[in-house]
Amino acid sequence: MTAMEAIEQLHARLSARFPDAAPTVVLNPGPAAQHSLLVPATQARAIAEFLRDDPELQLDTCSNVTGIDWPEREVTETVRRTVTEPPAADAPPGTAPAAKVVEEKVRRVVPGHLEVVYHLYSVARGHGPVILRLRTGDRGEKVALPSLTPVWRACEFQEREVFDLFGVVFTGHPDLRRLLMWDEFRNHPMRKDYVEPDDYEWEPTPHDRILAQARRHYPVPPTGSGEPAPR
Amino acid sequence: MNPAAQTPEPAPAPAAPAISDAERAELRRQGILLTSIEELYNWGRSNSVWPLQFGLACCAIEMIAASMARFDIARFGSEVFRPSPRQADLLIVSGTVTKKMAPQVVRLWNQMPEPKYCIAMGACAISGGPFKQGYNVLKGIDRYIPVDLYLPGCPPRPEALLHGLMELQAKIRAQPLTGPAAPAHLRPGADGGECVIPDFGPHDLEPPHDPARWQPPRLIRTE
Amino acid sequence: MNPAAPPSRAGASVRAVQDPFHGDLLEVSMGPHHPSTHGVFRMIATLDGERIVRLKPVFGYLHRNHEKLGESTSYLASMPYTDRLDYLNSMTNNWAYALAVEKLAGQAVPERAEHVRILLAELTRLLNHTCLAGFLLQDTGCSGTPLMYAFREREAILDLFEALSGSRMMCNFQRFGGCRVDPSPAWMEAVSALVGRYDRFLDEYEELITGNEILLARTQGVGVLPAALAINAGITGPMLRASGVNHDLRRVDGYGLYPRFPFRIPLGDHGDTYDRYMVRMLEMRESLGILRAVLRDLPGGPIIDPKAKLRGFRPKPGEAYGRIEGPKGEIGFYLVSDGGPNPYRYRVRPPSLINLTVLEDLCLGHTVADAVIILGSIDIVLGEVDR
Repeated sequence: MTAMEAIEQLHARLSARFPDAAPTVVLNPGPAAQHSLLVPATQARAIAEFLRDDPELQLDTCSNVTGIDWPEREVTETVRRTVTEPPAADAPPGTAPAAKVVEEKVRRVVPGHLEVVYHLYSVARGHGPVILRLRTGDRGEKVALPSLTPVWRACEFQEREVFDLFGVVFTGHPDLRRLLMWDEFRNHPMRKDYVEPDDYEWEPTPHDRILAQARRHYPVPPTGSGEPAPR
Repeated sequence: MNPAAQTPEPAPAPAAPAISDAERAELRRQGILLTSIEELYNWGRSNSVWPLQFGLACCAIEMIAASMARFDIARFGSEVFRPSPRQADLLIVSGTVTKKMAPQVVRLWNQMPEPKYCIAMGACAISGGPFKQGYNVLKGIDRYIPVDLYLPGCPPRPEALLHGLMELQAKIRAQPLTGPAAPAHLRPGADGGECVIPDFGPHDLEPPHDPARWQPPRLIRTE
Repeated sequence: MNPAAPPSRAGASVRAVQDPFHGDLLEVSMGPHHPSTHGVFRMIATLDGERIVRLKPVFGYLHRNHEKLGESTSYLASMPYTDRLDYLNSMTNNWAYALAVEKLAGQAVPERAEHVRILLAELTRLLNHTCLAGFLLQDTGCSGTPLMYAFREREAILDLFEALSGSRMMCNFQRFGGCRVDPSPAWMEAVSALVGRYDRFLDEYEELITGNEILLARTQGVGVLPAALAINAGITGPMLRASGVNHDLRRVDGYGLYPRFPFRIPLGDHGDTYDRYMVRMLEMRESLGILRAVLRDLPGGPIIDPKAKLRGFRPKPGEAYGRIEGPKGEIGFYLVSDGGPNPYRYRVRPPSLINLTVLEDLCLGHTVADAVIILGSIDIVLGEVDR
């Protein structure tokens, strides 16, 4: 069975079992062909329990939990619209309005979100991976997702890490606190828009970011002050 | 001032007769050892440097390998790695110092009694190393504690650590017991030099470096 | 007692807590500087007398933002960083990363390279399990002697790695499509010689250690891990097999050319610390069998795929998860590519961190001294836990 057939079969079974919260198949382009299922957050816990307890699947372990940050991006698309023009005032009555196809470039902002990817395997049956994706509403307020730690204990530390580094709040997690950074830390460092604090990184021949930072550290002395200006 | 009227300077006191090495050797054969307290004291100290059992990351494995039978740091006097800072003379910072770990490193350094020395082993302890682009990486432990020896490498071989230890021993032997360069426990009035322990701030350590110990480098060349 | 209180970061490492059920308890912070925590790892143990009532691990003291670096570094330039993840076993880290990238890009690997990869992975397994035997015994209190024996053998294997790749520990050896350097016949001879005498070292070591009554008393029945909990908690590697679960990725996934080389999988009966130790000793003997078979069957041919793209490597957009059975467990890399020279997301699945999920369960009811041995038998490396 190819990867494509396997994911279609799984999708069919889950859609039959959870008709009101069916997952969608996310195809993975590229040679790896590891396709995944996008699962709506409301039914994620129930779907996870089904995947774990179903006698045919028996996905009894979660191997990997990853957070991914998809910031909002601007997309420029070319849209073709049909424009109908009313007939000219001096045209004979009964003339049909002229239709023209107009191409225009439309910019739209694709909203950002955070994504959590679960890789599930079966130790009992030796198959896998089955990949689940959960997406948050946005990157600001709506960052809550259900925790799958009550289903697979393996998610405990990894979900804490996704909370620490990305900011996804897992509801139902037994002990949600920061894992790697200290508790007083603010920000979520793995986000794409995180700005690192300037702590005087040094290079003997600086360029780009470090050069720009270094120039900000020391103002250029005024001419005639006797101090050599940085060349 | 009339140079002719200058009182002649008193003649310098005659130099003490220097004892040649041959005479010294002869005396030793007769069982008499002539040395200075400084030499004896420093000889004893330099040949029994006990490091603190303190490994952070990959360099710690090479430090452990240096203490094992093949490279054998014990023959240099570092017979035991002390687990308690109160009993150690040398802090080998081996591995990346992260900002989360930095307060503990400084606290350990403060707990070590004088005379104490610090080796920054590996690129990460010197300047952040390959991880210097890190939000959690301290770009060099010399931002908070005084370092006596920098040992580059990623990781430095155990032989490099032994070479570094030999250089440190030479430095200890050359240390005078009086004057401003003496070790702190022999300098009357030295304040002990407790290093500033950083605190966890919302974005970075506070202070990000100790201004008394480390100043950010000046930008000299920009192209 | 406030169970949600963050661990005290400053000042007191020992403090008294009041518990309504147990009365006066003592909260001890073991680490991050501690002789026995295998690196900068911190355990906050709440003790009722000498027994552990609660144990919370604290991580992050070696968090070097490896994953963020991966996003700003090209695929090939991340290879030396993978050496520094599990810094004892650089060859297997390299292979896991190379496998994931080869899956992402659809890159084939020639047969000779696959054989050499298995050779190096099994040598790394020998190295790791030997070190674990030394460190575990060090934790029980035999200060120094078993570790000296273990490091003597480790030095022999490190000499081989240095002769081949130029560095003892940070080998940076695998490439996408093969290996960096073709081993010479003289190097193969040296490996054969090592494999020939390793059995005698294992016999000597086992005679010294395995039947020792102090070791038996201190490790049998300590830190029992039930199989169902192990599977649900994502435990992998020798720790899982010591609980009786027959799950070895070399058999299950059959990556590389492992299906060609038969080997047995040792399983434990009880899941205690002694089983975790014995499983590793037996795995070393199986590794020697695989090594002998590989040395016998090593083919000629290129060491790297001639069509492998080293410069300007830009895999097509997509994602891939590749994993291998490293000496500590399942080490996997999850890569998301957007078609650029750097990965969009670079994630390491750390076996040591996930194996620590059950640390509290294993230590409850045991003494502080047992907690040290249990941590030693889980076999963690902080470079991997914190990345």
